[in-house]
Amino acid sequence: MSALAVSGVSKRFGSLQVLRDINLSLEKGQMLALIGRSGSGKSTLLRCMNGLERIDAGHITIGGHALSYAPAALRRLRQDVGIVFQAYNLFPHLTVGRNIMLAPRLVLRWPSARAEARAREVLATVGLSEKFDAYPNQLSGGQQQRVAIARSLAMAPQVMLFDEVTSALDPELTGEVLITMENLARSGMTMVLVTHEMSFARSIAHIVAFMHDGRIHEIAPAKDLFARPRTEELRRFLSSTL
Amino acid sequence: MRSFGLNDVWYLLIATQWTIYLTVVAFLVGGALGLWLAVVRTGGSRFGNGLALVWIRSFQNTPLLVQLFLIYYGLGLFGFRLPPFVAAAVGLICYASAFLAEIWRGCILSVPRQQWEAADALALTPWQIRWYVILPQALRIAIPPTVGFLVKLIKNSSLASVVGMTELMRAATAINNATYQPFKVFLCAAIIYFLLCFPLTMLSRRFERQLDVSTRG
Ligand SMILES: Nc1ncnc2c1ncn2[C@@H]1O[C@H](COP(=O)(O)OP(=O)(O)OP(=O)(O)O)[C@@H](O)[C@H]1O
Ligand SMILES: [Mg+2]
Repeated sequence: MSALAVSGVSKRFGSLQVLRDINLSLEKGQMLALIGRSGSGKSTLLRCMNGLERIDAGHITIGGHALSYAPAALRRLRQDVGIVFQAYNLFPHLTVGRNIMLAPRLVLRWPSARAEARAREVLATVGLSEKFDAYPNQLSGGQQQRVAIARSLAMAPQVMLFDEVTSALDPELTGEVLITMENLARSGMTMVLVTHEMSFARSIAHIVAFMHDGRIHEIAPAKDLFARPRTEELRRFLSSTL
Repeated sequence: MRSFGLNDVWYLLIATQWTIYLTVVAFLVGGALGLWLAVVRTGGSRFGNGLALVWIRSFQNTPLLVQLFLIYYGLGLFGFRLPPFVAAAVGLICYASAFLAEIWRGCILSVPRQQWEAADALALTPWQIRWYVILPQALRIAIPPTVGFLVKLIKNSSLASVVGMTELMRAATAINNATYQPFKVFLCAAIIYFLLCFPLTMLSRRFERQLDVSTRG
């Protein structure tokens, strides 16, 4: 049973065709990295996977749910599919603890003691136990991003999506976030990430898909894709990111 | 002819109570209505948005004085003569609801779209998102302009005197009619209005500064 299946997905913004007949599948516990030039459609594809963008054609099954836009069905899907954004998007008026507890309390209807225990558990997972009572603006960018990961993790999702989660960070802070993600991968989380960190994709991802002009131009196990690019576009892209 | 004395000051202070009651009622009820209008204006429904907009624009683009006349004398013609306090309160409630709705709509829209998206991705319902994520953030931005409007509301409540409600302004007018000492009488009224409004202005300044500090970095 695959954790993610995308078949025949197309998407346009007005007259701009952003995704063209995308087909993908990913086994439980694996990591898929999406790479490609700016504007090639990576974020759009990722955002289609949890319904933040609507697809025009095709099917998506993720975390055991068939994607549908009926509000209640979409919320059930999102309980099982977490997403982490480039800009963290923590809730600035809530402490770290309350950021993490919000969805378990409101969505899963957990009593606050249980939600708090879960929040402390996931904060420990990302190495920020002591920040429970801090506000987001008291944390560094890297710490905020780790809290955002913990916030998603608190819902115990089946699949996690990451959209360039280190791109807004200073180089010395990207490491701590990548380590957090690596640990998550090792714990068996199914993950899809859009990334510009080629060495991370090469060493941690199981499968890497190179997107070009709204298509999956090449897809292969990480080592093969980087060692033996088959198309000129990928070769050029890889040499430009060195 | 008698002259303006301590008794008159006392009378003005008694009448000031009514200025305060009127403002508080208009602010609370108008605020609740305004909040609802602001939420409707920023929600998805075109129909709701259109209706809210008609209400808001009507009260924003006609003088409060005319609104009060319409409610008091206009409704009176049809046999609904409201007591002065009620007429004044209804007028000020409508007026406050329109202005607060627009102030708060701006505050709601200034919360970044990504906040809505993050909450949506966590499977919160649209009402949960509004209540737990968007409104608390909008509230902090809203405090200074809201207090600013409250000051305006206190001052504009003086218009209630035209529908026969005895609040500070009408009391002052009555004393002036008896004493013919307009400078003393109205200076005294002005001082009372100032003492009501000035602390609020200072409070709003302080909130504003606190906000600057807490959103830095
Ligand atoms: N909401 C939108 N409305 C209109 N066009 C959009 C929208 N979102 C994205 N696009 C366009 O769709 C194309 C693909 O965008 P997308 O964000 O998926 O690219 P990307 O591969 O993630 O790029 P980057 O590496 O810069 O993040 C771009 O041309 C972009 O301008
Ligand atoms: Mg992108």
